[in-house]
Amino acid sequence: MHRFLEAFFSPHAFRQVFPDVWNGFQTNIRMMVVAELLVLAFALAIAVVRGLPGRGAWPLRALAVVYTDTFRGTPLILVALMIGLGIPGLGIKGVSDRSNFVYGVAALTLVYTAYVTEVYRAGIESVHGSQRMAARSLGLSYAQALRYVVLPQAVRRVIPPLLNDFVGLQKDTAIISVAGVTEATIQATNFSSSYFNFTGFVVAGVLFIFLTIPLARFTDHLIRERELRERAQAV
Amino acid sequence: MSASAPSFVQLEGVTKRFGDNVVLDRIHLAVDEHNVVCLIGASGSGKSTLLRCVNLLERVDEGRIFFDGRELTNGKVDVNALRRNIGIVFQAYNLFPHMTVLQNVTLAPKKVLGHGRRKADGRARELLRRIGLEEKAEEFPDRLSGGQQQRVAIARALAMDPKLMLLDEITSALDPQLVSEVLSLVRSLTDEFGMTMIIATHEMSFAREVADRVCFLDAGVILEEGPPAQIFSSPKQARTQEFLARVLAAGRL
Repeated sequence: MHRFLEAFFSPHAFRQVFPDVWNGFQTNIRMMVVAELLVLAFALAIAVVRGLPGRGAWPLRALAVVYTDTFRGTPLILVALMIGLGIPGLGIKGVSDRSNFVYGVAALTLVYTAYVTEVYRAGIESVHGSQRMAARSLGLSYAQALRYVVLPQAVRRVIPPLLNDFVGLQKDTAIISVAGVTEATIQATNFSSSYFNFTGFVVAGVLFIFLTIPLARFTDHLIRERELRERAQAV
Repeated sequence: MSASAPSFVQLEGVTKRFGDNVVLDRIHLAVDEHNVVCLIGASGSGKSTLLRCVNLLERVDEGRIFFDGRELTNGKVDVNALRRNIGIVFQAYNLFPHMTVLQNVTLAPKKVLGHGRRKADGRARELLRRIGLEEKAEEFPDRLSGGQQQRVAIARALAMDPKLMLLDEITSALDPQLVSEVLSLVRSLTDEFGMTMIIATHEMSFAREVADRVCFLDAGVILEEGPPAQIFSSPKQARTQEFLARVLAAGRL
């Protein structure tokens, strides 16, 4: 028991490792914020492309489907390794000379955009066709009906599942350590291999939990609020 | 009815199919400006589809539609520009639930006609005042009764200053006691503005009162048409008599 506590919960090791892990964790937060903003924008664009009408838009729709299928199916760790280790070796100017942070954000964005595209798409499809019809019958164009009538309703509906995906994204910033980004997990790993003490992992874990709890509670709150609202409407 | 001078709204041999199902079968219909034509008939007889063909929400399979001197069905019409001039009100209101009443009414004037906020809001408030809902301007639609929502939907269509209004069973989803407030609003459109309207309705006494002409649709065909007095008092076709007898039995005439 003593050895267990010493290995994972050593106060001495805590004091030694905390500054490094905390430093690394700030990189996790930065990756998370940048990736989430990119995901929000790209996923919306791709969801809209997937819903484009008409035969002419067929290649675009197909491209969007191929993208989402590919990156929803590929483990993030593989994407992170491919980008983080592969791209720098290509020697392409302007692409291969970026920092590991950029590759990490790119991997997170590629994978999570595929998830969130599906979330948006479900939201768009949940808006009844009569809403679009009402907008078009007033003379609004396809794009205007989408922009002012369909998307505002769709986005409002998918905020809880969307935040849920973001909880996943926040945790998965740890996986980006394999791409050589000096974040919390790496710092804890370095410490453990030097001192054979794993308190650093516990510190990193607790930091992640503290980061995700508020978002999870906020998501619960939104879901509860919506249930109340819908029940009020049904009466 | 000559081809050289079509009526304000004119349908010539309009046919619409959904798969093998012929919903409209060679419909001929002419509506003059400032006239009100009521379409009656059982559910599924094609009334709603006919209205949706007129503002090109449905694509016509065969036949031609003219509106205000132009053919709509030649594929050259800018549908968005056309729909500015044709208002439609739906059975289920279809208000935008994420917008206030005022925003519902001003959306199209702002985005389609390019009106500024002040102009659009002023006009919308004037319309809301006329339908007696000015104090609801900042409310969301789900706070309004069905009758109020439908009146807002009418105001939303009127805000575009349409030359033609299509009303698609606009009282069918309403509680009986809310029907009259919507119908009296429609009545005022004919009385005060001489609005040209095509109205699909199950309210026979209303049709009798406001219509210049009544068309009885049956299985996608206009089986009988004429002035309301004639259609309701001495219908010629057996199907029309049958339909009206059934409606009478249901207490709706």
